Amino acid sequence: MSKELAESYLTINAELVTEILCRFIHTEIRRAGFERAVLGLSGGIDSSVVAYLCARALGPQNVLAVTIPYKTSSEATRRDSQAVVDQLGVQTIDVPITAQIDAYFAHVGQPTRLRMANKCARERMTVLYDQSAAFQGLVAGTSNKSELLLGYGTQFGDMASAINPIGDLYKTQLYRLAAYLGVPEQILTKHPTGDLWIGQTDEGELGFSYADVDRLMVLMVDRRWRRAELLRAGFEPDFVDRVATMIRRNHYKRRMPVIAKLSQRTMDRDFRYARDWGT
Amino acid sequence: MSPRIEDSAAEGMRPLRVAMAQIAPRLGDLQSNLALHLEQIECARQQRADLVIFPELSLTGYFLRDMVPDLAISPDGPEIRQLVQAAGPMSLLLGFVEESPRHRFHNAALYAEGGRVVHVHRKVYLPTYGLFDEQRYFASGERFLAFDTARFGRIGILICEDFWHLSAAAIMQAEEVDLLVCPSNSPARGVDGPKIRTAETYEQLSKTFAQLLGAVVIVVNRVGFEDGLCFWGGSMAVGPDGHTIAQAPMLDPSLTIAAFDPAELRRQRMISPLARDERLLVTIEELNRIRRRRYE
Repeated sequence: MSKELAESYLTINAELVTEILCRFIHTEIRRAGFERAVLGLSGGIDSSVVAYLCARALGPQNVLAVTIPYKTSSEATRRDSQAVVDQLGVQTIDVPITAQIDAYFAHVGQPTRLRMANKCARERMTVLYDQSAAFQGLVAGTSNKSELLLGYGTQFGDMASAINPIGDLYKTQLYRLAAYLGVPEQILTKHPTGDLWIGQTDEGELGFSYADVDRLMVLMVDRRWRRAELLRAGFEPDFVDRVATMIRRNHYKRRMPVIAKLSQRTMDRDFRYARDWGT
Repeated sequence: MSPRIEDSAAEGMRPLRVAMAQIAPRLGDLQSNLALHLEQIECARQQRADLVIFPELSLTGYFLRDMVPDLAISPDGPEIRQLVQAAGPMSLLLGFVEESPRHRFHNAALYAEGGRVVHVHRKVYLPTYGLFDEQRYFASGERFLAFDTARFGRIGILICEDFWHLSAAAIMQAEEVDLLVCPSNSPARGVDGPKIRTAETYEQLSKTFAQLLGAVVIVVNRVGFEDGLCFWGGSMAVGPDGHTIAQAPMLDPSLTIAAFDPAELRRQRMISPLARDERLLVTIEELNRIRRRRYE
């Protein structure tokens, strides 16, 4: 019963969502004084959806899809990114980061897998922001709501962007949107992966599926079900607690750095203006 | 134009034309929004509108926060005077930040006709939950007053959240309004169905209130984005029988004309005299009884 209820809360009208998100992209980019967007394309579902939305909103000539492979990046990543670029006709540039990543770690010593993954994510961010200046386009973010809540991303890395059209859509919802937008079949059916190391999959690393965690989070976060209610609905206590902890512990990633308050008016505390101030 | 209106034209009664100015104001840019209003007033004039209605806070945009005091104006000030003059013989309803003589800031809407401001409504219900934080910045209004007009009979104004309070609509019914106007800045939430959920609720409220009050209900909602919030537009005019007279497009700016026959009020109030049959004194007595129980 609660499974069906959770599913119903995850339902989206993909056409309506597309209408809203395309206007969002168009409006937010223009009000900042730009007409173009830049995004990191991995060949996964998230960045593919953002590429499709940006191409619709701005025209493919105004979208730069940047592929940023490291030497361990998979062939599937390259192939699927190419399929998106071919289908949309967006502009593209390939910027490998193997040389600078390897040079850095040759200097400081070999890292753990996690440090390597974070370093690559932040390197990709600097590439995107540099391409943003070169292409005169804003960086469109590709972090979805599931990742943002779980903190499954690198702060100032893949979580960095100027605007994020998909940050309020769970992974499950993105699949529905992707199907509506015509994202190639092979992207819809492959296991989600950050391509962080060879053979890595999100669900293998997290230890649960997006389908399950999205059902839990839509009840816990969006509908504000209490722990006891979630347990009554059949969710395992360990699963509920683990996810609740991840959401809380990673909240810092979703916020700007905390500022020590000294004056009467401090940024984001009592100096309060919309980001779209004056536009 | 519906056949109903053509009939009335044949009887020699002119339908009233209301222009719903569904705009996307620039956030915190009074000068540019003044220019936008002048532009829309001119378009409405060309469309032979008798009244042009702008959304809530149409002169400033919505998510003002600390900008509120910087954008506050007086209904007697030069900005409003300029717009009222530009409207000429056309009536005007717009949204602005009002600074009272005691330096309180209100989310307000004014109605002007014949070259002068006739009424100012200060939003009573300032939402401060979820994504809203109006109470932090605005002082709340304390009155739901209807007012008489030259061409539209009695008008009541409910700003956005006011419209979601049953009591406010009931007061407007007791005030015997002919036209209930709701300027709004409604952000889209809920994208699971055929329509945006908030839009659906507005439509239900409009149709329900129109029938219960036996009045024309006009909601003018803005479009555009502020900090990721999507204002959905979809401005609508509903006749006293609950049928939609005109509906503006969703999500995009437009100036949409709603033409209606004032004689329809008479017809509908004969068919369904709900407002006539209200027992106002019973209601007051019952509310007094509840007040004693809850507050004394």
